[in-house]
Amino acid sequence: MQHLEVRELSLAFGGVQALRKVSIDAARGGITAVIGPNGAGKTSLFNAISGFYRPQAGSVWLDGEDISALKPPRRAALGLARTFQNIALFRGMTVLDNIKLGAHVRTRTGLLSALWYLGPARNEEIRIREEIERRVIDFLEIDHIRRQPVASLPYGLQKRVELARALAMQPKVLMLDEPVAGMNREEKEDMARFILDVREQWDVTVLMVEHDMGMVMDICDHVHVLNFGEVIAAGKPAEVQADPEVIRAYLGAGDAETLRRRIRGEAGAA
Amino acid sequence: MRIGSPKQSYAADEALFRTPTQWTWFGILLVSLALYPFMADQYWLYLACLISINIISATGLNILTGYTGQVSLGQAAFMGVGAYTVAWLDTHTGAPFFVNLLAGAGMATVAGVIFGLPSLRVKGLYLAIATIAASFILQFVFINWESVTRGMRGMNIDPPQVMGTALADPDQFYWLVVPIMVVMVLGAANLFRTRIGRAFIAIRDRDISASVLGIHLPTYKLMSFAIASFYAGMAGGLWAYFFGAINPESFPLLMSIFLLAAIIVGGMGTILGGILGAIFMTLTPEALRYGVDLLSPFIEDASVILSPVRTMVFGLLIVGFLLFEPHGLAEIWRRVRRFFHLWPFRN
Amino acid sequence: MQGLIEFIEISLTGLGMGGLYALTGVAFVLIYKATRVINLAIGEMLMVGAYLFFGLAAGLALPWWLAILFALAGGGLLGLLLERAVIRPMLGENPISVFMVTIGLGSILVGLVELIWTADPRRLPQFLPDEPIFLGPVFVFPEPFWSFVIAAAVIGVFVLLFRYWRGGVALRATALDQGAAYAMGINVPRVYALAWMLAGMIAAGAGMLLGSIAGLSPALALFGLTVLVVVIVGGLDSVPGVLLAGILIGWIESLAGSYLGGEYEHLVTFALLLVVLLVRPWGLFGTPEVERL
Repeated sequence: MQHLEVRELSLAFGGVQALRKVSIDAARGGITAVIGPNGAGKTSLFNAISGFYRPQAGSVWLDGEDISALKPPRRAALGLARTFQNIALFRGMTVLDNIKLGAHVRTRTGLLSALWYLGPARNEEIRIREEIERRVIDFLEIDHIRRQPVASLPYGLQKRVELARALAMQPKVLMLDEPVAGMNREEKEDMARFILDVREQWDVTVLMVEHDMGMVMDICDHVHVLNFGEVIAAGKPAEVQADPEVIRAYLGAGDAETLRRRIRGEAGAA
Repeated sequence: MRIGSPKQSYAADEALFRTPTQWTWFGILLVSLALYPFMADQYWLYLACLISINIISATGLNILTGYTGQVSLGQAAFMGVGAYTVAWLDTHTGAPFFVNLLAGAGMATVAGVIFGLPSLRVKGLYLAIATIAASFILQFVFINWESVTRGMRGMNIDPPQVMGTALADPDQFYWLVVPIMVVMVLGAANLFRTRIGRAFIAIRDRDISASVLGIHLPTYKLMSFAIASFYAGMAGGLWAYFFGAINPESFPLLMSIFLLAAIIVGGMGTILGGILGAIFMTLTPEALRYGVDLLSPFIEDASVILSPVRTMVFGLLIVGFLLFEPHGLAEIWRRVRRFFHLWPFRN
Repeated sequence: MQGLIEFIEISLTGLGMGGLYALTGVAFVLIYKATRVINLAIGEMLMVGAYLFFGLAAGLALPWWLAILFALAGGGLLGLLLERAVIRPMLGENPISVFMVTIGLGSILVGLVELIWTADPRRLPQFLPDEPIFLGPVFVFPEPFWSFVIAAAVIGVFVLLFRYWRGGVALRATALDQGAAYAMGINVPRVYALAWMLAGMIAAGAGMLLGSIAGLSPALALFGLTVLVVVIVGGLDSVPGVLLAGILIGWIESLAGSYLGGEYEHLVTFALLLVVLLVRPWGLFGTPEVERL
């Protein structure tokens, strides 16, 4: 069964048609990628799935349930987590507090017990802390920075903290918006390993937008290609890679062999 | 020099005071607060009471503005709601003082939530302007709802009674206001160890990613308004009991600016900041008065310049701190502390 | 019939005030468009302008026209000074901090004025013609009438300046896209200074007109709060919106003050503000802010 499904989604801003009847899906337990040239509508699609944009037509389904009418916090509560292309951490907080925020939807402490930090509030805080330490902080190897303010961290680590925060939600579907953009080779490899481990150990479905073709080809099970707001191809990475329409979309007309090589990520990132 | 404090459990690491040193200092603080009335004269006790009231209100405003990022210029007006509620209940029902205080804080909370509604639609600066409007509208109510507020004549409040004793003088009132202040400040500190406090900070730092984490923005914004105005209402009620008389001019817009200045000077978004700011800003006018007294032999009508000088100094403090020390006194305090942590191995 | 005439008279007085709101609103929008600063000290700048005029004309006994010129120059200088000393160092800071800085500035200016001239109310020297004006059977107070005329003329001049003058074009370009303006060789810091200077002059002028209608006291600064309502109702970044909202609010205020009682003037405007914020927060003519992810 498809875990997350987008059916015929259309989204326009004023006169600009950002998405045109886009249908994509993410299989349970799989890693699915959405790729496409700049301005193809990938991030708009993510924002529509999260509930920030109100599409004019179409629907979003999570676990066989139509969530199109829900606001972002409700979708989060149902198990939809995401990261942002340009990191959206809370800069005034420590790494630990950022990650704890991920557990917000799973906690219940009310105002009165919070003010006195008595019984339930205290127990819940400690339970969450233990769980985060064990499952997230150890897992992503960020125990050395837990008390540091996020603003002071290097870019690669910030991306990892953002992933940690999303994992603390214990999501069903994890949406990653360009998880390795702007990283060096080593950081990319780390992140790829983490994503694969997440799938192994967390029992989540991963949907990601990514520019780095090498990474997409290496770790994804399924790829959707978006161009000018339309899905132009979908399938296994190798199939998509060979699709002439995809090649055209990416590079316009040109020498086919070089283009193929560039898509494979052999001649440097495009 | 201190190099670390090992902990055995996450519970210990999540504690409000994480090191023995912190516990020691907190203990010393409580003991000095308890001993203070036996050493200070009435004037200094009066100041201590006033400072405590301002700490309560500033801490409330800090929760709203410093932690949640919703600028409010209505804090004094919400204090007014608390004060008038207490005054009315005191005159008409004769209920015990703590019932009145809670009712006052409750009424202020209701007012705060109502005037917080624009925060669901508008952010930051627009909101600040909406709270100015709130403050004018409440002022209007205080002046014109004569049957309840007695208009410009104002209202008188009898001192609170505890077991037949009236807490009329600062040395008695101290025992009422300081414990309330300590409890409310600890409450605020606790709040930011839990999910609710974190949600507030998340809204301040980046409201969009807050909502993607499942934080329902309207709920938490209004909750922040509610808490801030509860603190304001409590402070206002205590103010009414302390001074024994209120009128519509007791809680002007300038007082809201004063409180905003307090959290800017003290340090926004830290509990310590609200405390330090309230102390500093309450003592500043006193210091100015002292300075003007010194000048009086040399300047004619020296006392006349007190009020404008005070207004000017408030402004200078706001501008100066925002320009040169935007994290306020709390940050200076942190630097001093760090110096001693590393002492004598300072690099 | 008597009722109708009275209504028209009240409305015309309101329009007089409305002209001043619009004029001060233009000063506010000028600063906002160029520098994205919400200047809460605009009322205080206006008050300082009025006091400068008072000090020059009554204190130093200068002829009124010379006093006006110097007061305008003083207002412009004040704008320049504030921009250079306080606003520019805050560039790039959180807009809320900058906003709070202007609150502090307002406080400093009030304190300064009270220190020099005390808080007692004063009378501005007469400089507007004071013969009563009759439009048919309708009597109009001369001060609001002439204020309106002057405000309209000044606004007209500024609209033309924005349109055709080089500096005006630079201002508009900076307002639209600071980065692009910089790249086109526009000296953006100078544009900032220019905006604050012009706003300071406009505010000073409005202050003198207002002072001659309402009398002079530090309470003139409260006028700034109503101007804030005007710019929000009109739309922070829209000159036509502010002009219309200024007239509208002047009119409503005058009606509320006359028919309901003076204490309702502010209540009505602030209630209107809350309604606008709830229903249409970007104002009648402003551009809604698009949330970027």
